[in-house]
Amino acid sequence: MSMSSLLILTLIGLFLSVRGFQAFQTQGLGFITKVDWTAGVDGGKDSFGLGAMIIGTLVISAIALVIGVPLSVLTALFLTFYAPERIKKALVTLVDLMASFPSILFGLWGFIVLMPMAEYWAKLIHKYVGWIPLFKMPSPAYTRSPFIAGVVLAIMIIPIVTSVSREIFGQTPLDRIQAAYALGATRWAMIKAVVLPFGASGVVGGAMLGLGRALGETVAVYSVLNIVFKVNFQVLYGFGGNIASMIVGKWGEASLSESKALLAAGFVLFVMTLLVNLLANFIVRRTVKTGK
Amino acid sequence: MMSTVNSNNEENNGEDMSITTPSTSSLSSVAANHASQRQPGNAPLGSGLEARGIHAWFGKHHALENVSLDFAAGTVTALIGPSGCGKSTFIRTLNRMHEFIPSAAMAGEVLLDGKDIYEAGTDVTKIRLQIGMVFQKPNPFPSMTIGQNVLSGLKLAQIKSPKNNDDLLEECLTRAGLWTEVKDRLDAHAGGLSGGQQQRLCIARSLAVNPKVLLMDEPCSALDPGSTLRIEDTIGQLAQTMTIIIVTHNMQQAARVSDYTAFFLSDGGPGQMIEVGPTNEMFSRPKDQRTENYVSGRFG
Ligand SMILES: Nc1ncnc2c1ncn2[C@@H]1O[C@H](COP(=O)(O)OP(=O)(O)O)[C@@H](O)[C@H]1O
Ligand SMILES: [Mg+2]
Repeated sequence: MSMSSLLILTLIGLFLSVRGFQAFQTQGLGFITKVDWTAGVDGGKDSFGLGAMIIGTLVISAIALVIGVPLSVLTALFLTFYAPERIKKALVTLVDLMASFPSILFGLWGFIVLMPMAEYWAKLIHKYVGWIPLFKMPSPAYTRSPFIAGVVLAIMIIPIVTSVSREIFGQTPLDRIQAAYALGATRWAMIKAVVLPFGASGVVGGAMLGLGRALGETVAVYSVLNIVFKVNFQVLYGFGGNIASMIVGKWGEASLSESKALLAAGFVLFVMTLLVNLLANFIVRRTVKTGK
Repeated sequence: MMSTVNSNNEENNGEDMSITTPSTSSLSSVAANHASQRQPGNAPLGSGLEARGIHAWFGKHHALENVSLDFAAGTVTALIGPSGCGKSTFIRTLNRMHEFIPSAAMAGEVLLDGKDIYEAGTDVTKIRLQIGMVFQKPNPFPSMTIGQNVLSGLKLAQIKSPKNNDDLLEECLTRAGLWTEVKDRLDAHAGGLSGGQQQRLCIARSLAVNPKVLLMDEPCSALDPGSTLRIEDTIGQLAQTMTIIIVTHNMQQAARVSDYTAFFLSDGGPGQMIEVGPTNEMFSRPKDQRTENYVSGRFG
């Protein structure tokens, strides 16, 4: 990290914590643990609890990881060990290009293309594993659910997770690969025995980088999710939210005290993202260096 | 980084110890003794391998030209020659490892029990189970324990051994001359072993899938002289039950372990097989002047 970006990060952190300080002061620890967010009307008492949106952020990001990481690993394996030389370059470029698409494109694509498909998958999931509390449906409201938001985020994080995994897989020591083949391994058996153990911690690092991106995503979530500021663990059910989308959604008509609380929410998100990214960088760098 | 440096040192030490200005006569006497110890009466197992008209290319570079060699069942054949003459390339055509290198191509036939391993529709993985390989640099799987390493071939090739795992483990490690050293730490990771032990572990790992032929590409060049001798012992034992083809740059090693020796040479063009014969004859009265020059240490 260069000095200037470090400085900017510090300034943002300072700005958010100073401006949001009042909210932390009046709400105390409840700012993080409480789950209701209501601005007091006409001098009434504010209750700003970020809990529901913290949970929402984690739930949506977890869905993104559960779907995105396996797809990324498979893509990276395909690019490294299966794709013919000729189409490999084109695919790598395509995946890298995806990383630079603005998130509104993912949001629109998610809304128009993905939503109908994901609705169908959601119904299937509900039909077969609906008895798991996570997949319960109080009423058939399948659209605009955390699940669909998670799928959009999964697609968004695939480029970064794929490119980190691909880099690690490409460094698998050739002598180990040859040892496996010389023992009569098929390509897939070789990958399981040699490449995945070698690349595992790199994939974890890549997943953390993806998580860093998923945590803070605003536009894409805002375009596909039915934003309601309540806890929702039933991921197929059509409402939810995350911290970033709440800040955007509430900012326009926030009172002075609420806008301070939103800045405090921004600070919480800032810290979460920073920690995840630092950890990710640490893991990726250690993996690349030691090659283990 | 560290390991590369170490292995280079070991390699140099190995050469210093072994190349004590080989004179033709001393080598041939070692070979002759060794050959007489071998008992032709013990019908050896394993399978014969026949290479016919092997050519190999790397892109446009013609690396190997028209090599034909017979490896009779249960014999040890040493491949010698200056570096870069195509020994590794040749040995890698014998179990179809050559084709992993992008741009690599080959021509010719390799007959295992009379059947061409390059025939269309051949299952390559089955071929590699029958023709095992030990590499120059020991390459155990670092994420696996010693025991898992030995049995890894069964898992990789998705086969079952007729023996139970414990028996197989003991048998393979014993045949590779490693059992007594590791029997109390089969669950330890393989990375903790010395270079020589790792190489014997790799031999044990090849044995577990019960190959008929074992290819060894300079298996001792990264090892100290003590480990080298232990592996040479092991080779002598293994030759009772399989066919062994070993590349070595150490002519005394060739003399000590092999029944037959083949001399490879490249005169700037593609590598060729110049001469093959019983090891003691190759070192005492080679037919080709170039072999004579090489074994008497005039070049290479
Ligand atoms: N992976 C490769 N790519 C291109 N050329 C190679 C490769 N491996 C070997 N060669 C070339 O093939 C020739 C024979 O090499 P090799 O079989 O390794 O010789 P040796 O084992 O006898 O030292 C050399 O000219 C070498 O440069
Ligand atoms: Mg070689």
